[in-house]
Amino acid sequence: MTKAVSQQIVGMNGDEAVAFAAKQANVDVVAAYPITPQTIIVERFSDYVANGEVDTQFLCVESEHSALSACVGSSLAGSRVFTATSSQGLALMHEVLYLASGLRTPVVMAVVNRALSAPINIHNDHSDMMGSRDCGWIQLYAENAQEAYDLTLQAFRIGEDRNVSLPVTVNLDGFTISHAMEGVAVIEDDQVSKFVGKREPVYKLDPAKPMTFGPLTLPDYYSEFKRQQVDAMNSAPTVIAAVANEFKKISGRQYSAISAFNVEDADAAIMCLGSIAGTARTVAARLRQKGKRVGVIKIWQYRPFPTIEIARILSNLKCVAVIDRAVSFGAPYGALCNDIASTKELTGIKTKMFNVICGLGGRDVRPTEIEYIFEKSLACASGEPIDDPVSFVGVRA
Amino acid sequence: MVTLKELPTTELFGPGHRMCTGCGPAATTRMTMKALQKPAIIVNATGCLEVASTIYPETAWKVPWVHTLFENVAAVAAGIEASLQKEGKADTVDIVAFGGDGGTFDIGIQALSGALERKHDFTYICYDNEAYMNTGIQRSGATPYGASTTTTPAGSKIPGKMDAKKDLIGICVAHGVEYAATASMAYWNDYITKVRKAAAVKGPAVIHVLAPCPLGWRFETSETVRLAKLAVQTRYFPVYEVENGKYKLSIKVPKPVPLEEFLKPQGRFRHLFAPEFTNHLEELKRQVESNWSRISQLSGEAAVPPTVS
Repeated sequence: MTKAVSQQIVGMNGDEAVAFAAKQANVDVVAAYPITPQTIIVERFSDYVANGEVDTQFLCVESEHSALSACVGSSLAGSRVFTATSSQGLALMHEVLYLASGLRTPVVMAVVNRALSAPINIHNDHSDMMGSRDCGWIQLYAENAQEAYDLTLQAFRIGEDRNVSLPVTVNLDGFTISHAMEGVAVIEDDQVSKFVGKREPVYKLDPAKPMTFGPLTLPDYYSEFKRQQVDAMNSAPTVIAAVANEFKKISGRQYSAISAFNVEDADAAIMCLGSIAGTARTVAARLRQKGKRVGVIKIWQYRPFPTIEIARILSNLKCVAVIDRAVSFGAPYGALCNDIASTKELTGIKTKMFNVICGLGGRDVRPTEIEYIFEKSLACASGEPIDDPVSFVGVRA
Repeated sequence: MVTLKELPTTELFGPGHRMCTGCGPAATTRMTMKALQKPAIIVNATGCLEVASTIYPETAWKVPWVHTLFENVAAVAAGIEASLQKEGKADTVDIVAFGGDGGTFDIGIQALSGALERKHDFTYICYDNEAYMNTGIQRSGATPYGASTTTTPAGSKIPGKMDAKKDLIGICVAHGVEYAATASMAYWNDYITKVRKAAAVKGPAVIHVLAPCPLGWRFETSETVRLAKLAVQTRYFPVYEVENGKYKLSIKVPKPVPLEEFLKPQGRFRHLFAPEFTNHLEELKRQVESNWSRISQLSGEAAVPPTVS
């Protein structure tokens, strides 16, 4: 820690940590609809409302489509807004996701990642967010309840920054994070208030200054709107980094686009999103004791994709095993691995790579499986050919 | 009832929009903006009105206006209302949501239902031209029995739409809204009075206004107001209001004009006059009469004799 910061350790699961962050951020409007495993967020926030601990306008709407639509309306009217969803809920929001980013309305949304139907499954994988990864939202992934709390607080600052003005999702693995109780270091209310500040919208629905939002835009201007969204996304990394530095001052915890563990002298590494990173680090540390040079690369900031930062780390590795917790049907690789393939192509790095699909529908990814993936990556690093560039691990043949 | 002299000369909607010549919804919108007495925020569902009034970089709106999607106008309005409540400004602004019949009767009914149930303080105006006109005249839940549309074409076997029009106001009244009303754009005074009543309600209010479409109904563009009037005078479109659940006919029609006078100028009903489809014309008349007597009875009016044609 850089500075002695007074922080209480509170026992909370991931959902509770997110709800608490939204409370501390003093959101003006929450519109949400229940879905497992996101429900605890909405329930805890309802408690805050019922007990008068917040003066938030809380809309318990009739669908996720309306939840995000109402958030967009509130954001356009100048409010700080928050919502949360999972799986089918995110899928139902799909067209509204593009609306929020296209209208440049900051909204913070916790996505408690859960598999998509069919067959119906309430447990974790990343197919929900991956199915909407090109929706124009900034997408952050947490590894545990602490990160879910920390990233939610930072998300308000990032999305509401006038150079960004984009919606943000904070992803946390369903049940593994959302329902697992952990000790969360909680920052004092007044420190959080100072950190998040008050939203100052660039434009808003205001009778004193009438503006038209969301007009029909034809081929003569549509591309320019999209180009501006790309520019906003491109300006996000600088803002994310600045916010992370400020956040460190009040929390002592340092965030950046990626988190690299033991990669400096590693031959091989696992790259992943979310809670698998914890297991991967534990296994990597054990293998280090046996003299095996392995590391872990965890991505916090999935969109905008940190191409340069990842390339910098990959360039020192001989092989990387990319774990995807979702299937990209018919594509050459899973979604994350496709991004790494693009990173290699764009930057010219020659690090070998293979893709592992695992942990679908909440299937536990055990240390033995992680160890198997590390051994495979070390074999690849030592020059053995990769005969299955995309494989399932922990799945019946 | 308001007088013409009382209406503001300011035009908050248009001119310069690209709505068609003779467009019922365009004139209806203009009247709506003259009716509102507080600063307004307009939320517009996807449809003719949205598409033709805001082609970037131009806009016909001199008030804050937002279009988002087709089916979510009531939810967006709810979000805006929540923001204004938070700021303590909800009483200083009229939030008005415009949806066409497709955006209201069909794809937007869930969001509307939710917003009515949660009692958001806003006015919902459904401008009804009885089909998806913006996409090229496809049938909606508001298209009447027998009407020919591009998805219920008058064929040799099936003569147009074979389902009846949905009872939108009945659905809204079932939510316990304080104020709901129908109107016809031909009766400007009645309409403007109703918009003012709706806006004054603390909570949600709904107005369902008939706004003929020359293109979709296939009639001369000079006939819009006459047809909107005939729709009422033939009992085809009863004009009434429901205050706290109590129905009241706004325009009584003791001596209805024969329904044929409303139907004949319109291409969408032409096939009903072919000898082989007489039974379908009779069915439409039966439905019109049955709806009229239902509304009359709800309004406490004496039972009415059937129309003699």
